[in-house]
Amino acid sequence: MMLAEKYLRDAMMPHMWCPGCGHGIILQAVIRAIDKAGLEHDKTVIVSGIGCSSRASGYMNFDTLHTTHGRALPFASGIKMANPDLNVIVLTGDGDALAIGGNHFIHACRRNIDITTVIFNNSIYGMTSGQYSPMTPVGQFATTSPYGNIDRNFDVCELAKSAGATYVARSTAYHAPSMPDLIVKAINNKGFSVVEAVGQCPTYYGRRNKLGSPVDMLNWQKEHAVNVAAAAHLTPEQLADKLIIGELHNSSAPEFTEKYDQLVARLQGRE
Amino acid sequence: MSPTVKLLQGNEACVEGALAAGVKFFAGYPITPSTEIAELLAERLPLVGGRFMQMEDEIASMAAVIGASLTGTKAMTATSGPGFSLKQENLGFAIFTEIPCVVVNVMRGGPSTGLPTSPAQGDVMQARWGTHGDHPVIAVYPASVPEAYELTIKAFNLSEKYRTPVIMLMDEVVGHMREKVELPDVPQIPIEERPRPTVSKENYLPYDNNQGDVPPLANFGDGYHFHVTGLTHDQTGFPTSAPAKAKVLYERLHRKIENNLDDILMWETKDMEDAEIGVLAYGSTARSAARAVSLAREQGIKAGLMRPITIWPFPEKLITQYASQLKSLVVAEMNLGQYVNEVERAAQGQVPIKRVLQANGELIRPDTILQAIMEVK
Repeated sequence: MMLAEKYLRDAMMPHMWCPGCGHGIILQAVIRAIDKAGLEHDKTVIVSGIGCSSRASGYMNFDTLHTTHGRALPFASGIKMANPDLNVIVLTGDGDALAIGGNHFIHACRRNIDITTVIFNNSIYGMTSGQYSPMTPVGQFATTSPYGNIDRNFDVCELAKSAGATYVARSTAYHAPSMPDLIVKAINNKGFSVVEAVGQCPTYYGRRNKLGSPVDMLNWQKEHAVNVAAAAHLTPEQLADKLIIGELHNSSAPEFTEKYDQLVARLQGRE
Repeated sequence: MSPTVKLLQGNEACVEGALAAGVKFFAGYPITPSTEIAELLAERLPLVGGRFMQMEDEIASMAAVIGASLTGTKAMTATSGPGFSLKQENLGFAIFTEIPCVVVNVMRGGPSTGLPTSPAQGDVMQARWGTHGDHPVIAVYPASVPEAYELTIKAFNLSEKYRTPVIMLMDEVVGHMREKVELPDVPQIPIEERPRPTVSKENYLPYDNNQGDVPPLANFGDGYHFHVTGLTHDQTGFPTSAPAKAKVLYERLHRKIENNLDDILMWETKDMEDAEIGVLAYGSTARSAARAVSLAREQGIKAGLMRPITIWPFPEKLITQYASQLKSLVVAEMNLGQYVNEVERAAQGQVPIKRVLQANGELIRPDTILQAIMEVK
C-alpha cells in the first residue's frame, strides 16, 4: 500500500496549502518517518495547534487533535501523561510553537516528556496573511513589519537544547530525502524531541521579500544549509547567514512519564 | 460497612468526591483559594493509579485535562478567578468538541487579582458566558462541605453523560470551611460513564447525528482514527463552513442540554409551600439566607428559601413555579448584581425583586437579608 493511502485521509484532499508551500514536503517526511520508525498506527496520536502547518493533523489518518493556538504541547502532554503507551507527535508552526506557545515549548523541553515535535518553520504567520513571527529574520518584510523587521528572532534549536530537550535536529524542505531519518531518531528518542523543519511560504513571505519562485526558495535552502559536521570547521562569521542542519543535540535524561511510573511503583511498594 | 466520617474542608471534600467519581487525571496550577484541591490530588492520585501534573500555567492545565480525557480518562482541574479567565478559551474548546471534564472555580473577590482569600460570587456570569461564542454550559454550586462532595460526583456524572465540561463553582467560604462529611465506602450516587461507540471502527463518527444528541466518544489509542478540531465540524469531525452543517452542530449542542433540564437542574427549597416572601440565594450566601428565613418565620413572616444548585442552565422553572404566589422575591448574592438580572428576566414582572448585593470580601450576614425581608413584607 502506498504511504499516502495508508496514512493520509483521502476525504480531506485537496489540502488547503498554497502551490509551492513547503508544508506538504514536511508532512511527507513526517509520514515516511512514522512508517520507517514502525509506529503502531492505532497507538499514534497527532496533535497540532493553529496555523497553516497545524492543518496537517486533519490530513493524517490517525487519532488527530487540532487544538487552540499555541497549545498543542499541553494538550499532547495530557494525552501522553494519561496514556504513556501512546506515541504522541506534535506538528506546529513557528508562530504557534514559539510566540503564543513559547512558554509551553520551554516547559515541555524541561520536562523531557516523550513527545516528538516537528516545527514547520516558514518564518511567517501564513494563515493570517503574512505577519512577522519570532522566526522572521531581522530586516525582513511582513505585513506587520512594513519597514523591515526590527524584532530579533529565535534560534529554536539552541532554545530547545538549553531548555532541556534531549533530541534536537534541523532540516529543510529542500533536504526532504534526509529529513525522515532525523524524525525517526526524534521518535525513537525516549524524551522530548524537536525537529525544526525549515520550509518556504512563497505566497506571504517569499513574494513580499522578493525571494522568487518556490524553486528559488528551495534553492536558497540548499545554498544556505551547512551540515553540522561541516559547520564544525567554519567560523562564526562564515556561519552568519547559514542554517546548520542535521542532528544538533542528542543526550539522555529521565523521561517524565517514566519518572511518574517509578514514583507510583515506589509509593505502592513495588520497587 | 458504615461510612467514614471526616471533618473536611470544601476543597478536600471536592477531592473525595472526584476520587469517588473515578477521577484519574488532574492538571493544575497553584492559585488561592483552590490550591488544596491540587495539593491533595498530587498526594492521592498516584496511590489510586491516577496521574497528577502541575502545568506551567492555567491555560496548559485546561489543555492537558482535555488531552487526558480524550484517552478515556476522567480528568479535572481547579482554579480561581484569574485562572478561570485564562482557561476560558480551552473551556470553549472542550464544550465545542464535547470532551468531558470538570473545572472547579473556587471564587475569590475580583476583578483581577482582587481579594484572593475572601469570598465572592463575581464569576457567576463568567461561568455562563466566559468563553466566546454561542454555547450551552452546565455549572453547579454547593452550599456546604457535604454537598461539595456529592456535587463533585454529580459534576463528573453530568460531564460524562452529556459529553461536556461541567463547571463547579464554589466560593472561598465553601472551599475553606470545615464540616462533617460522611464518605461511604461505595458512593451512594451511581457513577456515570460517557457513551461509548457500538459501531465498527470504520463506521464510527465522533459527532454522529443519528445517535441521539450525545454521540458516543471513542478513546484516542483504540483505533478509531478520528479527528477533533475547534473549527466548526460536521458529524465526521472534519471542519466545515457549510451553514447547513454548522446549524446542525450548534443546535444539537444546545439541544442536548436544553432537552434534559429535568435531569440536569437541581435546586433546594425550604418553607416555600406557603411563602409570601421568597429569598433566592446560592452557595454560602444561601446559608445566611436560610438563617434569615428562619428568623423571619419566628416573627410570623411567611418567608421561604429558593436555592439553585445547578446555576446554569438557569432554573427558569424554579422562578416561574413560585413567582405568582410571592409578594416579593429577595435575591442575595456576593456581587453587585449578576444572577438577579436572570431572576428578574425569568419572573417576567410577576413579582417585585428586592436586591441584596454585597461585594466587599465579606459574607452577607443573615441580619442583612432579614432586614430586606422586613422591608418588603
